[in-house]
Amino acid sequence: MSNIQKAFAKGKAFIPFITCGDPSLEITEQIVYAAEEAGADLIELGIPFSDPTAEGPVIQEANLRALKGGVTTDKIFDMVRRIRKRTSIPMVFMTYANVVFSYRVGNKDGQPCGTEQFIKTAAEIGMDGLILPDVPFEEKGEFDAVCKRYGLDFISLIAPTSHERIAQIARDASGFVYCVSSMGVTGVRKEITSDVGGMVKLVKQAKDIPCAVGFGISTPEQAKNMAALSDGAIVGSAIVRICGQYGADCVPHVKEYIRSMKEGCRQAG
Amino acid sequence: MSTGRFGQHGGQYIPETLMNAVLELEAAYNQYKDDPDFQRELTQLLNDYAGRPSRLYFAKRMTEDLGGAKIYLKREDLNHTGAHKINNVLGQVLLAKKMGKTRVIAETGAGQHGVATATVAALMGMECEVFMGVEDTKRQALNVYRMRLLGAKVHAVSSGTGTLKDAVSETMREWTNRVEDTHYVLGSCMGPHPFPTIVRDFQSVISKEIKQQVMEKEGRLPDAVLACVGGGSNAIGAFYHFIGDESVRLIGCEAAGRGVNTAETAATIATGRLGIFHGMKSYFCQDEYGQIAPVYSISAGLDYPGIGPEHADLYDRGRAEYVAITDDEAVDAFEYLSRMEGVIPAIESAHAVAYARKIAPAMGKDQVIVVNLSGRGDKDCAAIARYRGEDIHE
Repeated sequence: MSNIQKAFAKGKAFIPFITCGDPSLEITEQIVYAAEEAGADLIELGIPFSDPTAEGPVIQEANLRALKGGVTTDKIFDMVRRIRKRTSIPMVFMTYANVVFSYRVGNKDGQPCGTEQFIKTAAEIGMDGLILPDVPFEEKGEFDAVCKRYGLDFISLIAPTSHERIAQIARDASGFVYCVSSMGVTGVRKEITSDVGGMVKLVKQAKDIPCAVGFGISTPEQAKNMAALSDGAIVGSAIVRICGQYGADCVPHVKEYIRSMKEGCRQAG
Repeated sequence: MSTGRFGQHGGQYIPETLMNAVLELEAAYNQYKDDPDFQRELTQLLNDYAGRPSRLYFAKRMTEDLGGAKIYLKREDLNHTGAHKINNVLGQVLLAKKMGKTRVIAETGAGQHGVATATVAALMGMECEVFMGVEDTKRQALNVYRMRLLGAKVHAVSSGTGTLKDAVSETMREWTNRVEDTHYVLGSCMGPHPFPTIVRDFQSVISKEIKQQVMEKEGRLPDAVLACVGGGSNAIGAFYHFIGDESVRLIGCEAAGRGVNTAETAATIATGRLGIFHGMKSYFCQDEYGQIAPVYSISAGLDYPGIGPEHADLYDRGRAEYVAITDDEAVDAFEYLSRMEGVIPAIESAHAVAYARKIAPAMGKDQVIVVNLSGRGDKDCAAIARYRGEDIHE
């Protein structure tokens, strides 16, 4: 059983997303430990990108704050190395294609670089998967093939507009399927109106693979509803907002929030 | 690997939410592009509404002054709305209408594409929203007013550097929000497939006309075709029908800003690397971790960290050359053409004029250069005055 599959083996999963380096990598590391204690089953570590086109304002701003603070992909790799000495909780990177494709390509010391080096390093330091929201099914080959070679799950996304595409995406998916609950970009929403249950059903018809729902979820009630329709709930903006609000003091607040959200997922069964 | 490649460049690097929209667009485009009724309707709009064909004007005084090659200006600045952008917008909005869309959204840098989109949306009775970097709304206040006058809603984008790249990102975000009734009228030959192909096809009317006009006037092909390049739509339009004519030099003029050795530049071919951004694989200005660089140029329309995938491929193949022109050189050319020919060029187009000034003197008097004058410069007067230390109120 892969580490990601383990995340879904103990009932409905709760999956928090955090932007690495907002407010600092030390705090990000603390959040990972706190999230695990609060019941998180899998953690999405966001590697900041200068122009995150799939994100709403909350995560966009966190990305820019983190980059302004001097965070780099290599510093995030070092943080993961530290984290892996303490915990084996399933973790995936979420970032944009260019961060992987162009990893250290501009370095002047002649070191290995690019997609292969990024994925190889991610696997070596103990990451379990990779999510690239700007890489759809048609373009995933150049990343997925390398992930498979190094034992990383390349996570596929489906959206409310996917319709007949869901079957082909699901058949070829690894780890879990990330079900985008709503149109638009990441961010808190009052209501989720898409037929999430229908989307999950189409996935399951094509392949027996866990399906977690993200985009727009912020309350325990929403987590419960989405988890009831699927195998778990993913929450990003609501957590990143707490990090932005409390800065270096955010860890206990994030921990308490994750505890409440995990409880919502538990109630879903 | 997906369709829509130009060598190693291009592709469809976009969120899953948008995939069916671009597939639907591709299917519709393939259906209409060879449809005689669609082409007839488009040609009529280009001729009667936009004022095509645009003139190929012999710049006599400039030619004499430089003392070398004969210089012709392809007068895209004389099109309705004052730039080449209308060629693409008429095509895309007509296509969107056929697809049953009722709303169009667009990014804009200098405001030329936004104005063209707002104009055609008004013409065809479509709802229109334009996204423009907050910095550009300041640099190009007149165009913001023009768009509003035409009935469009203008959003000032404050994310990132508040310039063209952020306007593109924000328009993509808006498209994921509302895709059912909305077409994204992308303004350059960039973004995910099929946009680079669609925009190139709609702009290729420029080189089709140049070829015909230069044959009439000179009885031969030109020796060089020059055009400014941001994303590269006017350049690909001016190059396209000459790509097979190996004797014709195709020269794209990038914005060097304060110089290609400074951080304040937007010259992608000169300073960028292969990357993936805004839906495509192409060359981008970026750092060693793939973070997109905050580029700079005096020209809001060239102030973009990437270049269209077909240009990237023409560069790889050695078929087109790309040169970098500084702010100073472009401003000099802006003033030069105004005084020499009584034609005020857009500051974007002035980058191509600047390079013509560099190469024409060393060429023979029997040789011919065509400069694509992609837009007119009224919009730039206040900014150039400021650059020269003069504050004028519009």
